[in-house]
Amino acid sequence: MIKINNLQARVEDKEILKGINLEINPGEIHAIMGPNGSGKSTLSNVIAGREDYEVTGGSIDFEGENLLDLDPEERAHKGIFLSFQYPVEIPGVTVSNFIKTAINESRKGRGQEPMEAREMLAKMREKTALLEMDKSYLSRSLNEGFSGGEKKRNEIFQMAMLEPKLAILDETDSGLDIDALRIVAGGVNKLRTADNAVMVITHYQRLLDYIKPDFVHVLYNGRIVKSGGPELAHELEEKGYDWIKAENA
Amino acid sequence: MSDEILDEITASDYKYGFTTAIESDTVPPGLNEDVIRLISEKKNEPQWMLDWRLDAYKTWLEMEEPEWPNVTYTKPDFQAVSYYSAPKQKKELGSLDEVDPELLRTFERLGISLDEQKLLSGVAMDVVVDSVSVATTFKKTLAEKGIIFCSMSEAIQEHSELVRKHLGTVVPKRDNFYAALNSAVFTDGSFCYIPKGVRCPMELSTYFRINEANTGQFERTLVIADQGSYVSYLEGCTAPSRDENQLHAAVVELVAMDDAEIKYSTVQNWYPGDAEGKGGVFNFVTKRGICERNAKISWTQVETGSAVTWKYPSCILKGDNSIGEFYSVAVTNKYQQADTGTKMIHLGKNTKSTIISKGISAGKSHNSYRGLVRVGARAENARNFSQCDSLLMGDQCGAHTFPYIEAQHPTAQIEHEATTSKIGEDQIFYCNQRGIGTEEAIALIVNGYCKDVLNQLPMEFAVEAQKLLEISLEGSVG
Repeated sequence: MIKINNLQARVEDKEILKGINLEINPGEIHAIMGPNGSGKSTLSNVIAGREDYEVTGGSIDFEGENLLDLDPEERAHKGIFLSFQYPVEIPGVTVSNFIKTAINESRKGRGQEPMEAREMLAKMREKTALLEMDKSYLSRSLNEGFSGGEKKRNEIFQMAMLEPKLAILDETDSGLDIDALRIVAGGVNKLRTADNAVMVITHYQRLLDYIKPDFVHVLYNGRIVKSGGPELAHELEEKGYDWIKAENA
Repeated sequence: MSDEILDEITASDYKYGFTTAIESDTVPPGLNEDVIRLISEKKNEPQWMLDWRLDAYKTWLEMEEPEWPNVTYTKPDFQAVSYYSAPKQKKELGSLDEVDPELLRTFERLGISLDEQKLLSGVAMDVVVDSVSVATTFKKTLAEKGIIFCSMSEAIQEHSELVRKHLGTVVPKRDNFYAALNSAVFTDGSFCYIPKGVRCPMELSTYFRINEANTGQFERTLVIADQGSYVSYLEGCTAPSRDENQLHAAVVELVAMDDAEIKYSTVQNWYPGDAEGKGGVFNFVTKRGICERNAKISWTQVETGSAVTWKYPSCILKGDNSIGEFYSVAVTNKYQQADTGTKMIHLGKNTKSTIISKGISAGKSHNSYRGLVRVGARAENARNFSQCDSLLMGDQCGAHTFPYIEAQHPTAQIEHEATTSKIGEDQIFYCNQRGIGTEEAIALIVNGYCKDVLNQLPMEFAVEAQKLLEISLEGSVG
């Protein structure tokens, strides 16, 4: 689905990604772990196409297309979704209006007709129920006055509505209490199919107890320094990141 | 709907920039007593009206054009303006079929087909093209309730006593330079009277349209809501593209008697000038309402057009327990300048006022909020809440806030909140990531920002206003 080849990127003058290689296939869940400042969020922002990040080398191929040629919204239309670490507030725009606009703009981008109002409504009901959200969420201003947990849940709600091919969850577990974590992770698991893939970016093992990865990669200093199965996450939890730092000193 | 908006955004600059080839009966430029006599004579006015105009003219001659607003422009040459222009249609029209087909086409291009309006929307329209009302609809339905809704010219003929009693009571002739000028030379406008205890069954709507090159527009509107009545009045306007600056100096007076309520909504979209700041309408308007006991006046405005705007829809809260509201969205782009806000004058006891102002500045424009809250010496327990927000787009525009507070009673409660923000790249990227392109993202964010004001508009107006906001801000973020 996505092939990242020797990807290098910087923010302003700082080199952050120094040659990332990663391939994700449909149906797979990949976890990207690593200490603070290792480049985890940069990687997710570069995939999503944020302007402040300058790609200085390498390539990203998404279903046979050069992703780096596309605008952020075009990437979204192709099925890339980023669950933000810090979701943005948009005062006065309700969750339902926002998601309706997002869905219909994406459909337009793919040459499809707007979704029927009835279908949209039914889908919103279904997905709010899936994430155990009260329907009153839908008429609140997007992320305005939301608690940390509500913001993250709202991200996963949008993911459920947009049904992306590749979902990148950037530190979705931060700010979540254990109940919210269970619900959010449960939602992600239920949305899993043989055709979509998930990239979970996290600092801790905790989330991976709920969303079981097929592969775990350790990012350090702009490179993937270790890859393995789920057992790698446990090893990391036990030994701490100092282990990685020492190995790569 | 978003398809249409996209088309419009990507299409031409000013959608309504065309002129209609209607033969006009225009008085040569210039202003003196004879011109005023001529206007009055052409309109077959009673002597008292002429005397009133002449008195206003004498007052005006002694006044000076205000310079305190935060705007700069070349002052109009008042002798270069033609003060009267009427489409040449002398005979009375019984139905729309008799209206000049060219004129009807103009309405259609503006999206206000009268037929459709009549049949579908239930909105009564009093259409003003170049100062003379051409078509008035729904008159009969309204007449059954005793509601008078007609052109000012007709009101002067048919309801002379009502006009004479109220005209100039809210905005006196000598109120300000432009109000005095308007009083001297106004050619038409709308008049509305709602009898005691009557709730007007439909939104009353007037479309103003400036259509004659070099013709100043001096509408005069008077809305009287008698005791315990209710009316919602809509005013919307568009004007054709012009090179010369066009002067527009309207006066609107609202009278809300005991227990009455008037809701007055405006969507203003006059030609703002071109991308270099050339041309555009000067919009120097005096709007004011007076509230008697338990009365309420609510002003809602969406201002997107005009090169220079100078406008403060105000409320005099004379009666005890009366309520004044002002909801405003003012958008400036390119080289537009707006100095707009309100005055809430609390005179009665337990009077309340609310001000919600949302300014949006883009391009090289300047947008000022100027508002006065005055609590008089007898206004016990007066309350005001003001919220003035400014949104900046780009780094070459300006937003200014000039709040004035004068409290003469110790029980007054006055709250003022103000914020200034920029549309964040974070917000735009967030929308982009969800598949929403940058232009649509801005439209979404701006509409959200203005929601508290747009919600005050009647449904059909709210949709139009949203579209206007989007079109006005086209290309304002690179």
